[in-house]
Amino acid sequence: MVVWFATTRTVNICYNILMFLIKMKRVIVSGYRNFTRSGFTSLASILVMTITLFVMTSLIFIQAGLNSALNDIKEKVDVTVYFVSDADEDSIQELKEALGKLPEVREIFYKSKEEALTQFKERHSNDYLTLQALDELGENPLGASLNIKAQDPSQYESIAKYFENENALSNGTLMVVDKIDYHQNKLVIDRLTSIINGAKKLGLAASLILILISVLITFNTIRLIIYMSREEIGIMKLVGAGGRYIRGPFIFSGILVGIVASIVTIIIFVPVSIWLGNQMTDFIGINLYTYYKSNFLQLFIIMLGSGVIIGSVSSIFAIHRYLKK
Amino acid sequence: MIYFNNVTKKYRDDVALEDINISITQGEFVSIVGHSGAGKTTLTKLILAEEFPTMGNVFFHSTDIHKLSSRDLTQFRRKIGIVFQDFRLLPNKTAYENIAFAMEAIGKDDQNIKEDVPHVLELVDLTSKASHFPHQLSGGEKQRLAIARAIITQPEIIIADEPTGNLDPINTNDVVNLLKKINDLGTTVIITTHNRNVVEQIKKRVITLENGRMVRDDKDGKYML
Repeated sequence: MVVWFATTRTVNICYNILMFLIKMKRVIVSGYRNFTRSGFTSLASILVMTITLFVMTSLIFIQAGLNSALNDIKEKVDVTVYFVSDADEDSIQELKEALGKLPEVREIFYKSKEEALTQFKERHSNDYLTLQALDELGENPLGASLNIKAQDPSQYESIAKYFENENALSNGTLMVVDKIDYHQNKLVIDRLTSIINGAKKLGLAASLILILISVLITFNTIRLIIYMSREEIGIMKLVGAGGRYIRGPFIFSGILVGIVASIVTIIIFVPVSIWLGNQMTDFIGINLYTYYKSNFLQLFIIMLGSGVIIGSVSSIFAIHRYLKK
Repeated sequence: MIYFNNVTKKYRDDVALEDINISITQGEFVSIVGHSGAGKTTLTKLILAEEFPTMGNVFFHSTDIHKLSSRDLTQFRRKIGIVFQDFRLLPNKTAYENIAFAMEAIGKDDQNIKEDVPHVLELVDLTSKASHFPHQLSGGEKQRLAIARAIITQPEIIIADEPTGNLDPINTNDVVNLLKKINDLGTTVIITTHNRNVVEQIKKRVITLENGRMVRDDKDGKYML
């Protein structure tokens, strides 16, 4: 008796699993056929979905470009401390070490008197008059300097203030500082900082709005397509098909639209990124084609995932109202 | 097996059916006749629970059709085969797939489908058109396909709403004969029509509707309007 019970139970479970697999197969086959046979309609939804994915990927590209451009600008912002020409090496090293301990400071480059002179000569190698004047001077008029880069552009202010705080440094050290170019750069640095932050916020907001719009358009297209099938859904109901069985093929068609659209988009972006790479590299600081190649898998997964999710979720929502009795 | 118990159906203030009492037993072939707007289609929609009665009840055996949950309703509809005037075939599926879909929907396995579908296609004489899509079939062929789909699941009742409405006389003849054959095999058939020839060819019970009221219920079919 127990054995019999156990066997029928196992048989039941096996049967249920088998039925589930058969149904899955039917849903997939029927969804695939719906997709291939409704040619123009499928094409339309693929097109709209491709546009959505294209917008999304473009925005990822724009963000990458923007970030790289902003980093480029940030790199160019710095504070330079110029020393008087007869400053002694030890005081400068002492200051450098003290600065290195500040949490805001990322890097410090030391440029000695001699290096400053060499660079100056190089820069003016065509300017005979200046070089001659320098020669006549006989000695090196240039001072050493420390070039300081902060972790973040907003931190330059506090680094500059550090020099005003006399307690932090011994008097001897402060004496050797000729000038700090921060105050001249302050206006530019402030403005850049606010532009950078603004651009980031604006970029994010614009991206979200654009993505929202394109998702809504795709959603609506798929809804319209299912609306055209409402009679078909009615027939299926009358023939005795259950809700899940009717919904399945439509959802699978939606997923197929997502998959095909993401493949189309990823292909379209090859020539697009090559072109952008040729046109924009100097301007934004990275080659978008290289970026595309190195992030290919990640981008493809994002597109595929978004496509599949948008396709299936819009199908589920769209079909819901026609399944109610 | 189907009982209409004081059924009244109103669409807003328009009375579609008024105080209908009908009892249909297993194996009957019932023709429901009446002019357009007499309430024939409403009657079939009530049986399918596509519409709800304003008053009264419709019973299938002892269950009130309009009190079924949506899951039970799906189960109930599997016991009914439906044929429409406008065929209502699935446009994206071939003749074979249209029939197979009805079997898939109720969870038959592949082996069953492979055996039964060709058999039914032969019964309605569409074997050679198995891989055609509905738009490639003539009106008569579409209706025979719809009948094949309706009977493939071996329902207890076939409901045919104006099945010959869009057909020429020869195709009408084919369809009526097919329905008679199905009835001879034991299935209850309910047909609505306003075609005198159809009623006289069937020669079975005739229920006459006029302006939503049942005015006649004859055991041996006569078309009287």
